[in-house]
Amino acid sequence: MLTDKQLRRKQFILVLAVCLVVLAGAIILDATLPSYHIIIKVIKKGAVYATVAVSMNLLNGFTGLFSLGQAGFMLLGAYTYAIFSIPVAQRAGVYMYYDGGIVQFSIPEFFAGIFGESFGTGFGMIVTLILAGVIAGLIALLIGLPVLRLKSDYLAIATLGFAEIVRALFQWAKLGPLTNGSNLLRAYPDFKHCTAYILITAAVVAIMFLLVNSSYGRAFKAIRDDEVAAEAMGINLAKHKRLSFVISSFFAGVGGGMLAMYMGTVQALSFKSAMTYEILLLVVIGGIGSLTGSVFTSFVYVAAVEWLLRGLDSGKFLGISAPGIFKNGFRMAIVSILIMVVVLFFSKGIFGDKELHDLVKKQPKKAKEVKKNA
Amino acid sequence: MNLVPFLISGVSIGGQYALIAVGYTLVYGILRLINFAHSDVFMVAGLVMVYMTTSLPMQYALPIVVVATVALGFIIERVAYKPLRTAPRMSLMISAIGVSYLIQNLAYYLTGGLAKPVTNLIPWISDTITIFGQVTKRVTVITPILTVLIVIGLVALIKNTKIGLGMRAAARDFEAAQLMGIKINGVISFTFIVGSFLASIGAMLYFTNFPSVAIGSGGMPGLNAFVAAVFGGIGSIPGAVVGAFIIGICQELIKGLGASAFSDAFTFVLLIIILCVKPTGLFGEKTIDKV
Repeated sequence: MLTDKQLRRKQFILVLAVCLVVLAGAIILDATLPSYHIIIKVIKKGAVYATVAVSMNLLNGFTGLFSLGQAGFMLLGAYTYAIFSIPVAQRAGVYMYYDGGIVQFSIPEFFAGIFGESFGTGFGMIVTLILAGVIAGLIALLIGLPVLRLKSDYLAIATLGFAEIVRALFQWAKLGPLTNGSNLLRAYPDFKHCTAYILITAAVVAIMFLLVNSSYGRAFKAIRDDEVAAEAMGINLAKHKRLSFVISSFFAGVGGGMLAMYMGTVQALSFKSAMTYEILLLVVIGGIGSLTGSVFTSFVYVAAVEWLLRGLDSGKFLGISAPGIFKNGFRMAIVSILIMVVVLFFSKGIFGDKELHDLVKKQPKKAKEVKKNA
Repeated sequence: MNLVPFLISGVSIGGQYALIAVGYTLVYGILRLINFAHSDVFMVAGLVMVYMTTSLPMQYALPIVVVATVALGFIIERVAYKPLRTAPRMSLMISAIGVSYLIQNLAYYLTGGLAKPVTNLIPWISDTITIFGQVTKRVTVITPILTVLIVIGLVALIKNTKIGLGMRAAARDFEAAQLMGIKINGVISFTFIVGSFLASIGAMLYFTNFPSVAIGSGGMPGLNAFVAAVFGGIGSIPGAVVGAFIIGICQELIKGLGASAFSDAFTFVLLIIILCVKPTGLFGEKTIDKV
């Protein structure tokens, strides 16, 4: 028999062990593989997707607000990161059509001047990432005022529309001195090691986990399950919806900044609604309402698409050579068929609404009581 | 500044949007589902048109485009939406997004991912004519007339036939309609068939004016048409048509005023304003939430 305390301790140990194994794995991979190796790339991109998927899960999974604006907030984050971290010396080259742009300082360089080259730059990059989240969150606060009054599918369209407006706005030539118009932003710093990405993502997931298990998280879930009933129980709908929207957008902005780092260049054109759809489908496959599911699926999806299934596009897969069938695009066709199968027949996703620590639930009845008492 | 050519092409674009918008509005009226895959059905119609018109004579090619598009719409409903009839609305919407993703990826695989040039134009409707002193293609004039005729036909069909009665009943109250002995699956399939038929006509008219069809070609017209449907009051056919003409004309006028970068953004600004001021749109019905 496990007492509540023992169970909790076991759960904690399991989560800690998984975190340590992942961290150790990342450090070992960084030490043994060059930074351009495909495994490092996969881990970096997986971490980016996990961050954004978790942020989307908070909104769509825990609060039940069907928002499709994630690509827009990612764009805001990516641009904020790029604009404020391009080294001053590089700006004339990047903003060659706009006289070097109007922003003439770089946050990582500023901190490098205070704390020294290696630590200061890294610290400055983290600060810039947080700034990216703050900008996305502030815009979310503004756009949320009118948009969050809308119900389910109207909210989805309005946020989708917002993302498209942002995309058009950032390509506008008149904003060129700030956004470089429709040209690329590049030459900003990136973390060489995938461990940094893992640490950022772990921090985001940990904050999110604490949030959804707090009283706010319970209010979010109540709103998801029945809006009218939640309001009758004294939950301030407008306040909690706004909070969820802003926090989700904050982390989407951070994820956008990380995406900018990973890709090396930023262009507004690439933040299409297809990006939002892709992440939404990841959340669904992982399980709506499961942070573990979102993280797990993000890494598996990126590993499959970017690395393991490459052969499906280039003629040879698992030793089968069929250049006629295994040609460009076959990989994504297969992946999207698999996604449809999950959506139609396993609508709860891989994890349902379970988390990693639920794996040690020995006695289901007992564990339920733990949750109630918590 | 001469805005007449932009006004003319705005009316034409509006007609094409209207044909897509009716597809959105019909489906939403019955299933309360934003059919995200509709714009991809439109894109597939364009692709099939390019392939067929280059390999077959026109009198065979065009019917094949219509049949293929209608079949696609029918299959999507049967495979992706029918199993989720009793599922929450969010699952249905996710399924629609999944289908959209699937169609785009399949189309990429099957076509090789390159934009297909529209070389073999449909004769007669792509001839050049002069109207109000402006040189334009005949399709520009035909589109609005054809659209209005088709929509009048559709409204008559819904008003006067048995299946139309079924559609109206299902839109009013899904469950009660079932209890009254209406074969709901047949009605829904018919709705998708009508929507896809209109999308295929819209695609033929729309892509005649464009140099090529690409995988993403359906996206923007689809979104614009969707906004038009919401603007007019989703679920209402006349609303969708009026909304589509307004959006088409406004977009072209904005291009005429030299701000083409914002012609699509304008649509969404309009969308957000209308959703905040009058979420049910111009002709929409008000619904009340009950516990």
